[in-house]
Amino acid sequence: MADERRLRSEYDRVGEEIVDLPLAFPATRGWWLCFVGALALLALWFVSVAVLFGNGVVVWGNTIPVNWGMAIVNYVWFLGIGHAGTLISALLLIADRHWRNSLNRFAEAMTLCAVVCAGLYPILHLGRPWYFYWIAPYFNSMTIWPQFKSPLTWDFFAVSTYLTVSLLFWYLGILPDLASARDRAKTRGYQLFFGFVSLGWRGQAAAWARWRQAYFLTAAIAVPLVVSVHSEVSLLFAAGPIPGWNSTVFPPYFVLGAAFSGFAVVSMIAIGMRAALPLRDLVTPRHLDMLGLAVLATGLMTAYGYFSEIFDALYSGGQELATLHDRLTGQYAWSYWGAVLLNFVPIQLLWWRSCRRSPIILFAVSTSVAVGMWMERFMLVVTSLYRDWLVSSFGHYTPSFWDWSLFAGMGGVFLVPFLLFVRFLPVISASETKQAQHEEAHDG
Amino acid sequence: MADPQPLGLIAAFGSPERLVAAARAAREAGVGGIDAFTPFPVDELNEVLAIRDNRIAWLGLIGAVFGLVGAYAMQIATNLDYPLNIGGRPLITLQGFALIGFELLVLFSVLFMVIGFFALNRLPRYHHPLFWVDRFEHATRDGFFLYIPAGDTAAVDRAKALLDRLGADSVDEVPR
Repeated sequence: MADERRLRSEYDRVGEEIVDLPLAFPATRGWWLCFVGALALLALWFVSVAVLFGNGVVVWGNTIPVNWGMAIVNYVWFLGIGHAGTLISALLLIADRHWRNSLNRFAEAMTLCAVVCAGLYPILHLGRPWYFYWIAPYFNSMTIWPQFKSPLTWDFFAVSTYLTVSLLFWYLGILPDLASARDRAKTRGYQLFFGFVSLGWRGQAAAWARWRQAYFLTAAIAVPLVVSVHSEVSLLFAAGPIPGWNSTVFPPYFVLGAAFSGFAVVSMIAIGMRAALPLRDLVTPRHLDMLGLAVLATGLMTAYGYFSEIFDALYSGGQELATLHDRLTGQYAWSYWGAVLLNFVPIQLLWWRSCRRSPIILFAVSTSVAVGMWMERFMLVVTSLYRDWLVSSFGHYTPSFWDWSLFAGMGGVFLVPFLLFVRFLPVISASETKQAQHEEAHDG
Repeated sequence: MADPQPLGLIAAFGSPERLVAAARAAREAGVGGIDAFTPFPVDELNEVLAIRDNRIAWLGLIGAVFGLVGAYAMQIATNLDYPLNIGGRPLITLQGFALIGFELLVLFSVLFMVIGFFALNRLPRYHHPLFWVDRFEHATRDGFFLYIPAGDTAAVDRAKALLDRLGADSVDEVPR
């Protein structure tokens, strides 16, 4: 009986800690500071897009032969970051790892925000973005259809599927917690808001059984989805005849690089939220430890991709070798060596448990990885393009002011919804944490 | 405020174990139509309440087949309708259609499951008699509830006696 009371107050404490967070937000001032900054970036985004639409892609640094500049670099970067949220959440759910419950909700929210940023880039990169829907197969007066053997068409299907599935998976997971927030809310506004979004969830036994099935099966199918989406992104490169891209290692290399950069960003967000919000007994050093291990493991696998690329070039010779030479010693060698240094040197610290458990060190290493992986994408896009087959079509690429302003503005597109999520929704899965407590009490 | 003829009774228990035991006892006592409400999924309830609903999984499978077949049908039909000669390669390439095939397999599988989830649970449903019971707000927090339908006065008395015997922390009438 005493045990029961203890557990029960424990369940209520979890609810209090997580679900009451939006109802009585503890860090209002810090949140507003961040939010105003994010809104400023969002305003910059609108300005950059207005300038882009008014003048066309010419305001960017893209030229021939480098016509895939920052837009594609950032597209791949943002999408890669997004993948870690799904992987953490879905893979660990299937593996029945309880520690996942402290991370999955905000990791999935990060996925959603990152995929939106990623998806916007190819559209903005179109010469006439308002015709982006031409890539969708629909009955039209021109009586033509998309080119279904093109990775660009695959891209449309992959990203839109990924966005939809991520959104549904996230909403399915958050639904019981929204109902909990509805029942805890004291003010009319929150009661109406949470009452509306929780759809009248009552926690009925049959509904829970269906919830478990739908949630688990969606997770099981989301893992191969991640692999397929980023493999498809790599085929945007690998399916063409460009030296430095035409390689069979690209799909796994891209998927692992995506997970690598994404785990780094999840670590940064976890550390940031832990510092800003009273979540320290939910997001513990153990979680940082696990995230550090994930960063280290995927980082080493990504490093294997680098070796494999070099081997590929040495084995192929010819133009491939010339491109490798350009990468290592050419005008953009800073991006190659920057990627190697930032990606693979600092992560060696993560071999030590004490470094993985230290928020400051893990945050610094993760930042280095996020920047390093951006450089890798820059290197992959630019160094393969700027020296084309003919000397007459050699060129340079320098991102323009509007390239950078749009990239900074995308930070606003990412942060504004994410901060709203942090402020107004349960950032950690309360129902699953309670279930884990129940199961652990049973086992122990 | 309780109606003289309530819809049923809702009883609170302190832990999932006691709820499961009470649900089992109520079932053994021959009470029909019982239901349970908990803040997190309790696996044992599926067995006690005889919940054997695999329709979500079937919907997922049907959606997957629909998505895959639909994706190939779409790509084959559009290629036949508007043939594009890409370097003399075959018009219908099953491998080339595989990626969109897989994406739509996933998309429709998840859509079928999620839409099925809402439809089978009758959600959204903003008004429900259970919400009249103040204590029921604990069902999403730390309370484990057993519901027994009781249409007439005699049934209410019988259910009350049963719930008292099962050691419920509280018993409320669910108004009609």
